[in-house]
Amino acid sequence: MTAEQIIFLIVAAGIVGSALMVVTTRKLIHAALWLVAALFGVAILYAILQAGFLVVVQVVVYIGAIAILFIFAVMLTRRELRDQGPQVRKGWWVAGLLGVLTFAGLSFIVSQWEGFSKLAAEIPADADTLGSLATALVSPNAYVLPFEVASVLLLAALIGAVYLAVKK
Amino acid sequence: MSIPLSWFLILSAALFSIGLFGVLARKNAIAILLGIELMLNAVNINLVAFWRYGTIAEMAGQVFAIIVFAVAAAEVAVGLALIISVYRQRNTVVADDLDLMKW
Repeated sequence: MTAEQIIFLIVAAGIVGSALMVVTTRKLIHAALWLVAALFGVAILYAILQAGFLVVVQVVVYIGAIAILFIFAVMLTRRELRDQGPQVRKGWWVAGLLGVLTFAGLSFIVSQWEGFSKLAAEIPADADTLGSLATALVSPNAYVLPFEVASVLLLAALIGAVYLAVKK
Repeated sequence: MSIPLSWFLILSAALFSIGLFGVLARKNAIAILLGIELMLNAVNINLVAFWRYGTIAEMAGQVFAIIVFAVAAAEVAVGLALIISVYRQRNTVVADDLDLMKW
């Protein structure tokens, strides 16, 4: 086993373990902090995949903004959180069964695909992936329209969130 | 790179299933949103892995991942604003108690 594979396995175990804690832990603030751990693991995966820009975006947007928003929301609603009593619904085992079935089904479907155990080619040393990502985002021949739509979506979400959360 | 693509696909399938369990099983509305975040991250791992194992010059995988980031941020902002607004009026964040639109 190479060092890369060992790092991947450790990170993957960390991600799956943290994700399981997110969905099973009783205290919601702990669940939010476990989510931060899982998001960090995903950022390390992006680093393994050599997507440097996404590592930064994952840390800044997901951990820096989304996870902090979650922690804010948990604290703003904490009093009624009922840390005692079950945190899961009565039919939680159906959900567990559905989760296991989804995992088995997805694994089966992707294992049927001929590219399943493909290895990645090395990125050539002179390849500028960040530059081509930046060009693709603003090029009219590529993804400028989704890029602009995303900015409109974020503006709409901003206005909507302020409207909903403001005290009337 | 010595890691086969299958490892990423299996990991993201596991992460997606865990998120699905969280969405279906948890009572608290904020915990349901946490599960959705896990599912979105599973999708992103897949997108970036397909970019890395496909043609490097074709940036579709990374661009899609960035769009998913933007949608996740929008979804969390509006979702948590909704939960806080509901919490103010009904004093609960338990999803089962929010039956305002049921008949």
